[in-house]
Amino acid sequence: MSLTKKLSGILLVLSFVFSSVDAATKNGVKLADKQIFTYRILDDIKSFDPQISTDVSGSEILRSLFEGLMNEDSTGELVPGAATSFSVSEDKLTYTFNLREANWANGEPVKAGDFVYAWRRLVDPATASEYAWYMELMGIVNASQVVKGELAPDQLGVKALDDKTFQITIENALPYFPSMTTHASTFPVLQSVVEKHGTQWTRPENMVGNGAYTLDEYRPGEKVVMKRNPGYWNDAETTLEEVVALVINDDDQALTRYLAGEMDKTEIPSGQFPRLKKEYADEAFSYPRSCSYIYWFNIGEKGPEALKDVRVRTALSYAINREIITDKILQGGQYQSYNFTHQKTAGFTLPDIEYANWTQPERDAKAKALITEAGYGPDNPLKLSISYNTSEGHKKIAIAISQFWKKTLGVEVELINTEWKVHTTNMQAGDYEIGRYAWCGDYNEASTYLDLLTSYSGHNVGGFSNTAYDELMAESKTMADPSDNYSKAEALLAAQMPFAPIYQYTGVIMLKPHLKGWPIGNLMQNWYARELYIVEP
Amino acid sequence: MKTQADIAVVKGRSLWSEARRRFYKNIAAMLGLIVLILVSLFAFFGQYIAQFPIDEIDFNVIGQVEQEGGPSIKNGHYFGTDDLGRDLFARVVQGTQVSLIVGFVGAFIAVAMGTLYGAIAGYAGGRTDNIMMRVVDILMAIPSMFVIILLLVMFGRSMAMLFIGVGMLSWLDMSRIVRGQTLSIKNKEYIHAAQAMGVSDVKIITRHILPNLWGIVAVYATLLIPLMILTESFISFIGLGVQEPLTSWGALISEGAGTMQYGTLWQLTFPLFFFVITISAFYFVGDGLRDALDPKER
Amino acid sequence: MLTYIVRRLIIAIPTLLILVVLSFTLMHAAPGGPFTADREVPPEILANLEARYGLDQPFVVQVFVYLKNVVLHFDFGPSFVYKDRTVNEIIANGFPITLTYGAIAFAVAVFFGVALGVAAATHHNRWIDYFAVGIAIGAQVLPNFVLAPILVLVFTLMLGWLPGGGWEYDQPRYIIMPVIALATSFLASIARITRSSMLEVLNAQHVRTARAKGLPSHRVILSHVLKPALLPVLSYLGPTFVTMITGSVVIDMFFSTGGIGLSLVNAALNRDYSVMMGITILIGALTIGFNLLIDILYAWIDPKIRY
Repeated sequence: MSLTKKLSGILLVLSFVFSSVDAATKNGVKLADKQIFTYRILDDIKSFDPQISTDVSGSEILRSLFEGLMNEDSTGELVPGAATSFSVSEDKLTYTFNLREANWANGEPVKAGDFVYAWRRLVDPATASEYAWYMELMGIVNASQVVKGELAPDQLGVKALDDKTFQITIENALPYFPSMTTHASTFPVLQSVVEKHGTQWTRPENMVGNGAYTLDEYRPGEKVVMKRNPGYWNDAETTLEEVVALVINDDDQALTRYLAGEMDKTEIPSGQFPRLKKEYADEAFSYPRSCSYIYWFNIGEKGPEALKDVRVRTALSYAINREIITDKILQGGQYQSYNFTHQKTAGFTLPDIEYANWTQPERDAKAKALITEAGYGPDNPLKLSISYNTSEGHKKIAIAISQFWKKTLGVEVELINTEWKVHTTNMQAGDYEIGRYAWCGDYNEASTYLDLLTSYSGHNVGGFSNTAYDELMAESKTMADPSDNYSKAEALLAAQMPFAPIYQYTGVIMLKPHLKGWPIGNLMQNWYARELYIVEP
Repeated sequence: MKTQADIAVVKGRSLWSEARRRFYKNIAAMLGLIVLILVSLFAFFGQYIAQFPIDEIDFNVIGQVEQEGGPSIKNGHYFGTDDLGRDLFARVVQGTQVSLIVGFVGAFIAVAMGTLYGAIAGYAGGRTDNIMMRVVDILMAIPSMFVIILLLVMFGRSMAMLFIGVGMLSWLDMSRIVRGQTLSIKNKEYIHAAQAMGVSDVKIITRHILPNLWGIVAVYATLLIPLMILTESFISFIGLGVQEPLTSWGALISEGAGTMQYGTLWQLTFPLFFFVITISAFYFVGDGLRDALDPKER
Repeated sequence: MLTYIVRRLIIAIPTLLILVVLSFTLMHAAPGGPFTADREVPPEILANLEARYGLDQPFVVQVFVYLKNVVLHFDFGPSFVYKDRTVNEIIANGFPITLTYGAIAFAVAVFFGVALGVAAATHHNRWIDYFAVGIAIGAQVLPNFVLAPILVLVFTLMLGWLPGGGWEYDQPRYIIMPVIALATSFLASIARITRSSMLEVLNAQHVRTARAKGLPSHRVILSHVLKPALLPVLSYLGPTFVTMITGSVVIDMFFSTGGIGLSLVNAALNRDYSVMMGITILIGALTIGFNLLIDILYAWIDPKIRY
């Protein structure tokens, strides 16, 4: 994070704190009479139940309807949410959160017991949550055993010391633990409501949340409407009256409707950013987003023999012209990538990776030498396939990369495009040679990326297994400053090349200039509707 | 239609020459035929005119397609380039090949399956007919798009699967029509005579019944081909079409339609032009064939 | 006639049964499942999910339980992907929307299609005819995934007359573009079929006689031509009606209407087994029902047909 960004973020927070709560102005700017924010979502919301929800657009909405222990500010720094403060025990294993005086939308007070109920509910096998693993990731005592059905849910390491004190015990020290409480699956729910209505409790007429907004209307496949909750503890600071999410499946269609004035925010289709930036300089934005795009080389049992040779993998990675991909295909300010961790991740310094500093012709020359050394050439061409899932963007990148490999290394590439479920199934089963993959960080710290490559990770689909790497990562967990280990880990990846890094994400959006408060500086893109406001044009 | 089959048997050759004469006189149908011939020539010889292979990215164009990628004689991209800077002329040629092949092979599968199935059901009659037609009823009730999606998902996306998928859509209608025709032919005297002489059922179906269905099958087939092409374009639209770097009209059109407001309209118009003229031509030819084969018309 | 209808209705039951079993099998054979996710769900959680949704049972038991719930309770189960909702709710919400724009589009297509076809046929080989045929073929060929974005560009972005998507039952401005996009190609097909079958009838003996007798031509057309000429149109309309009211992915996708067309395709892609089954059964039942209805209509219009 650059200093200026951080500064401007702090200034923004300060200005929130000190702004006078005059109905017609905010930060000294005149507010519009109509405070309605309309934005686009790609797919319908899968669930409005915090413990069931799995999708990004669902989480965005849940952050308005509910409030977890901690929130993030516009730069991604932790700020108090339902808890005003927390303390951690000497051994770093017990966290105690002090809850603020706040009410549910039906007037009942928010109690520590509501958190206990929700957290147990997440791991309870009867709930069958796809995100039950999140409690295991947090390392809460007994989470795994409860998920497996070996222990009852009430054995989970959480308890209410009193109505306003929530205590959590975790198995191993986890420096970034508090930031994990911003995740939607940890949001509290009201037991009486859930039990009274069953799966129907998330209907607009039944739902009771503790967030700044209440669910007003839900039209499947069409839109979600939320209205301001006057009972929210910080309602005085809330400006938007209404938040509307429109489901629009097609990127281009969404942009057309944005340009027609139907929305305040939409994503920019790939390749259109430069043109829109020129035409709408104050509306088109690109900012870092915590995801990393890679091509796995399958070096597992089912992978092809050729890829087991590190020279082949290195040659393939070198021969990818990342500049063409970011500057000519994606064109949305994405970062050329020579490592795994997103370079804007908090506390992460980009390690010095040698081939990142070469020119492309240098890389190409080196790649040719390596592939020849490995025994491939015009008489013995390397044959490989790239698997990717159906999407215009993935297709373009796969085509470009197949061309780079064909031109530079004489590799004969077959493109295998399958729809998403098939692609995912094949990747997880190891039925692929080279596979497209993207990983998005769960939290703003490098281990969210680097843990993936450990031999014991459940998501390491490339079959990479390296004892030195495992040791580096295990050691990092207990270090005060693990950044040195992270650099070593990245260097090891660059040498072993279990995957070819391609690019690191940016969010590329259109935002109406009258909408203020969008957290451009938040790498995780966790935004809260109550911080947005609309000014007079 | 009934009378046509009847007369065909008696008059044989003269009817066909009569039909041919009527077809030649139909201006729209002849124009359609000429268009089809030209499009086929384009599809199978266009690659010799194209200046680039279908999958080569022009690095002078990529990233600034709107400014540099337009149709131009000078840089050899006669139809401009696609979003990745690949030559659109070469890709339209290739897409035309794929779409025509899908159309013809798909229609062939539908016609062959439908005709055979319908002829057998109609000729056998009774319980066999009843069961066979109930099967058709059941299959008709299954949403075909759903089946195609599942097939393409299950067996992976290949040309063969595409043929089977689109072919399977339409043999059901064909089988119903053919069965109806067969029922009426079956009771003709010459069939009874053949049966009395001890000619085998297989021979009766192949020698006497199928040839008499040719007229209606031909008409139906010309109308099926455009339907196949349209179906393929929809499958491409939902992203289950042929694998890159191969392409088809449907894939090209849906790519072009996505970017039409971004100043690269040629990406839509060239493939759409070939798509529209070809399908229209098939309709004209189909209508012309039907008029020509049906003496009642004039 | 009545026994025929009863017999057809009885046959419909095993037909639907086979449809269920067939779709169920096909669906489960497709790679991946409803809980296949980017982040592979750990085995113990997957086990919980499968237990929750009955997917841990043997296949035959699953089919049986499914059928039992459908037949006895008319319960199509919960959606596996949209977990807050049941299939009954998804269909109850989406189908009326699809039915509304589908039925309106159907009426528009039939009305204008027949009118265009009649106009062309009665002015055979004159400019109206050529004009109509030209429009019809052009309209039939333009894929609706090209037409839909063009409509939005023109009516929403350039003119600002109509909203680019969404759905309100009582506001025609939300319904106009979906109807145009859906109706156009069907309208064109209906026009072409009407025209050619009109031409056939116009040349038939009894029409020539009626004309020779000096009956005014609009009366000839109404009483002698239209009814027989509409028979082939009718046989086209049956399946078309079902296609139109059971939804269009393209319409739902481009206009965010919330109909079941997109739900079905999404369910297939998400492996949302229960939603897929529910909509498949709905479409199957409608197809069977309308085929029967058309056959009855046919017999009513054409007295020569006897069942």
